[in-house]
Amino acid sequence: MKNRLLWPVLALVALLVLNVVVTPSFFSLRLQDGHLYGSLIDILRNGAPTLLIALGMTLVIATRGIDLSVGAVAAIAGAVTCTHIASGGNAWVAMGLALVLCAVLGLWNGFLVSVLGIQPIIATLVLMTAGRGIAMLITEGQIITVNDDSYRQVGAGFLVLPIAILISLAVLGLVALVTRRTALGLLIESVGVNPSASRLAGVRARTIIWVVYVFAALCAAVAGLMISSNVSAADANSAGLWIEMDAILAVVIGGTSLAGGRYSLTGTLLGALIIQTLTTTIYTIGIAPEITLVFKAVVVIAVCLVQAPVRIRVRQGVPA
Amino acid sequence: MITPEVTAAGAPGRSRGGLVTVPKRFLPVIATFVVFVATFGVGSVRYEGFASGQVMANLFIDNAFLIVLAVGMTFVILTGGIDLSVGSVVALSTMIAAAALQAGWPAWLVLITVLATGSTLGLAMGWVIHRFGVQPFIVTLAGMFLARGLCFVISVESVSIKDPTFRDLATGSVELPGGVTITYGVVIALLTVLAAMYVLHLTRFGRTVYAVGGSESSARLMGLATTRVKIGVYVISGFCSSLGGLLFSLYMLSGYSLHAVGMELDAIAAVVVGGSLLSGGVGFVIGSVVGVLVLGTIQTLISFEGTLSSWWTKIVIGALLLAFIALQRIIVRRT
Amino acid sequence: MTEPVVDMRGISVEFPGVKALQEVDFRLFPGEVHALMGENGAGKSTLIKALTGVHPLAAGEISFAGEPVSFHAPAQAQAAGISTVYQEVNLCGNLTVAENILLGREPRKLGRIDGKAMKARAAELLARIGLHIDPGSVLESHPIAVQQLVAIARAVAVDARVLVLDEPTSSLDADEVAELFRIVRVLRDEGVAVLFVTHFLEQVYEISDRMTVLRNGRLVGEHMTAALSRIDLVSAMLGREMGVLEEIERRSGTPGEPLLVAEGLGRKGSVAPFDLEIRKGEVVGLAGLLGSGRTEVARLLFGADKADSGRVLVDGKPVRLTGPRAAIEAGVAFSSEDRKAEGIVADLSVRDNLILAMQAARGWARPVPRKLADELVAKYIELLDIRPADPDRAVGNLSGGNQQKVLLARWLVTQPKLLILDEPTRGIDVGAKAQIQKVVADLAAEGMAVVFISAELEEVVRVSDRVVVMRDRQKVAELDGEVGVDDVMALIAGGGDHGVDHGVEKAVAS
Repeated sequence: MKNRLLWPVLALVALLVLNVVVTPSFFSLRLQDGHLYGSLIDILRNGAPTLLIALGMTLVIATRGIDLSVGAVAAIAGAVTCTHIASGGNAWVAMGLALVLCAVLGLWNGFLVSVLGIQPIIATLVLMTAGRGIAMLITEGQIITVNDDSYRQVGAGFLVLPIAILISLAVLGLVALVTRRTALGLLIESVGVNPSASRLAGVRARTIIWVVYVFAALCAAVAGLMISSNVSAADANSAGLWIEMDAILAVVIGGTSLAGGRYSLTGTLLGALIIQTLTTTIYTIGIAPEITLVFKAVVVIAVCLVQAPVRIRVRQGVPA
Repeated sequence: MITPEVTAAGAPGRSRGGLVTVPKRFLPVIATFVVFVATFGVGSVRYEGFASGQVMANLFIDNAFLIVLAVGMTFVILTGGIDLSVGSVVALSTMIAAAALQAGWPAWLVLITVLATGSTLGLAMGWVIHRFGVQPFIVTLAGMFLARGLCFVISVESVSIKDPTFRDLATGSVELPGGVTITYGVVIALLTVLAAMYVLHLTRFGRTVYAVGGSESSARLMGLATTRVKIGVYVISGFCSSLGGLLFSLYMLSGYSLHAVGMELDAIAAVVVGGSLLSGGVGFVIGSVVGVLVLGTIQTLISFEGTLSSWWTKIVIGALLLAFIALQRIIVRRT
Repeated sequence: MTEPVVDMRGISVEFPGVKALQEVDFRLFPGEVHALMGENGAGKSTLIKALTGVHPLAAGEISFAGEPVSFHAPAQAQAAGISTVYQEVNLCGNLTVAENILLGREPRKLGRIDGKAMKARAAELLARIGLHIDPGSVLESHPIAVQQLVAIARAVAVDARVLVLDEPTSSLDADEVAELFRIVRVLRDEGVAVLFVTHFLEQVYEISDRMTVLRNGRLVGEHMTAALSRIDLVSAMLGREMGVLEEIERRSGTPGEPLLVAEGLGRKGSVAPFDLEIRKGEVVGLAGLLGSGRTEVARLLFGADKADSGRVLVDGKPVRLTGPRAAIEAGVAFSSEDRKAEGIVADLSVRDNLILAMQAARGWARPVPRKLADELVAKYIELLDIRPADPDRAVGNLSGGNQQKVLLARWLVTQPKLLILDEPTRGIDVGAKAQIQKVVADLAAEGMAVVFISAELEEVVRVSDRVVVMRDRQKVAELDGEVGVDDVMALIAGGGDHGVDHGVEKAVAS
């Protein structure tokens, strides 16, 4: 466990050190109008949606699944909320609507995976493709801008710290609490490690799988609200674009294997922070921000190779 | 339980296996073809001038690059892998081509450089996948980031292509009987399809691609060159991506980092709608081509239908994906 | 006598912690069908894999056609003329029959595969073994039996001198087996040496000329098939190692009331409908060879596989066994024979594995309190002597015997009324074996009903109050009271002409 988090921690520390060397004021925080500002806060705030989605993704991946549709679901959440607010609706009702709709989308993914038994990567590809279309259908292809103070709080508000950070950390705490204090974590891992043994032990694997996909969709919905609220607009086309890839990366960098089983929420937090810090670092050391992707690729490969179990060529024989 | 008298002629397989008239493996491809004919038929009935040869030719012209991408993706998916990097490699190819031409490189050198870059990237990804046992999904995702990032390294702005050779290639056309014209891009795409069909069906490499997708462990026990194939398909996909990128740069006459965003999904969708199983082993290049045509027809239809907005394309493609996954599921269950 | 084509001497193969083969000698002559016999863990597959270069030898030497050889990969062995057909068809179902036969050595013309020549060559090879199917058809469209025969066609396509058939008949019906044997005879008559592994005694007597029996990784003997009676064969396979274990106190009290009653329970292709009554405080042993239906009975009782006929009553009330959960709710627990695939959750800790079934029954929202979990874990680690006594260690790192104890504990904490143990002592050391047997006896004494399945007859007979005998996927007998190993053995061996004691038949209760 400790060992598994070693490399992500080292990577994060290295990035932070690099930042301090380049910008000595990197760690400084200042309080202004009761709001906390600083580079670290920026990293956290910009990384909040990715972290949130990565949390949902962690549980999905722990059951040997994957959810490609989260970006599209995030776009749908923003679209529903903004459309409802723009037509004169209450912001809270609008957000409630978005969450309910996204929960239904999660149920749909869970249905395809657990009942129909379709490979998760294909099952969620359907919604990944169609989802953005649905979001555009809702917004009728427009970028819907809204002007609602309570909605703006979700993504851009402050409660000393940016509210987005607080939400993401709260969800992290909640997931940690729920999965570790209840038996959910154990059952998820056991389904992910050995589905048939779990079935014979009486674990309701189908329900578990359903739960994680709904949870992933809900996380995506809240992240979508943050993204859209931050700019007070719903952009069905580009909101949450590629965020599923970042989320999957965060999970993998955090040491959770795509093959399912043992997962680490702390690892996912580290992974999300690494990705966001990397983006910020490149910005602060004066490289064109667009090139972030190259570094991201390098980090992904480096972390994967460090963690990859080098292919064992000698087949382990077992007497049969 | 033993029947000592053995009837020599009573081979159990003949009676049970020989009755099927259409082999089951062709069903998805036939379904794809039916969908294509149906969508095209709907268009022909609803709109005058839809069923013309030129509309059909335009389908190929507008999707030539996607056909090439889908061909490469078919190889990868047949082995049970996936390549997320193709869209980014297309963008990188347009970028390299545009930048190199701007720098005054001769066209032939540009072509070679682009194709070599794509293939090398594919080789690198295939090697990492094989050597370190990292999932193709993650490795090609990294490849996707890398290629897209390298685009930005070359230039953040769009670079237009003014090279006369490229311009001639882009604007030149081949006239077919009936006054229908197609671009050189279409010719190249169709040649790629033929080459791919040859490789897949008439070479050991191609048959091993199917064998690996069917059962990698069996293929290895049979003593086949699984390593070469598993890495090779990513090289092919990289090559096809860069070739598709060249076609795309002819189509757009520019290099731009944000070209072909999400095109890997179109390619994957075309392959799945074309009847290939994402788990590998089942599928045909020709199916993927028809898959591209189906996607293209839907786009054309929706643009003909003035009132329908473009997002319906995505929803319809999603629904089609679902339908074909369900169809595959039914066929697999029956087996 | 001719020279052996394969001569293996003093073969030992070791895996981490296990001596899979110890100084085994094995000979194979051209033109014979040689059966390799033994129960699970006897070392049959290991011997085959040692021959074909899958497993490296710890000691011993192999000579092939008179030359000393040492293969490092199956491909090498195949190139030399030793072809293997495995139990699971190791072909590619998505390709055509012709391709499967000739993959990797397709006839080519100018670098491209010559489809016509390939079909013709395949048809030729199929004709050689008398299989008349379209070489252009997809392999998957044929039944498993035909696929198996295609695998043989592939194996002989290289002019194999030795053909190894590793349990090729386990999923075939009688007609299909007959077809397979016809082909085996054709090849034998052509001078191919056939090494044949199966669990079905009838088949051994029908097809083989000679046999080698292994037990626990050691050679028991090499015999001419005609000279060895079934009873002697079974006795050689199952063996006796009584002396090692302390005698278990057999409970001689009156059996309790019926707990579980199965009426006409069966599943097509798996096990013929059977009746079975299990009483409280009773250990019912299921005896039979591998593939006799003993495991299938257990899986039906637990709902792991769904029955398609009959019904089950627990405590007199009918229970619909729709799946494991229904059975667990009715108080039935089942520990699978396949410890790795269906038992342990390898990456999780001993504690998590131990409470898994209990937790699953409580649902996710009501976690087993940490204190209770720790108490239970501590209790069972001590009671079952689980080593190392570290609840936080991943169970995958434990030895087989200790993994088995964890699985046993997993069910014991749920306090089931009926505990079904499928081969709980397979592949574990003698000490752990004795401990598990003792626990079973104690549980029964406390009133739990236990179904005990084991490949080792001695063990079944010793542990059980009543023994149910399975043969050919049918329940053939139920023996009450003091049963002798020999009686059970005779029933398992079956086939009246090999000396079944008629006194035993009278004891049959069903």
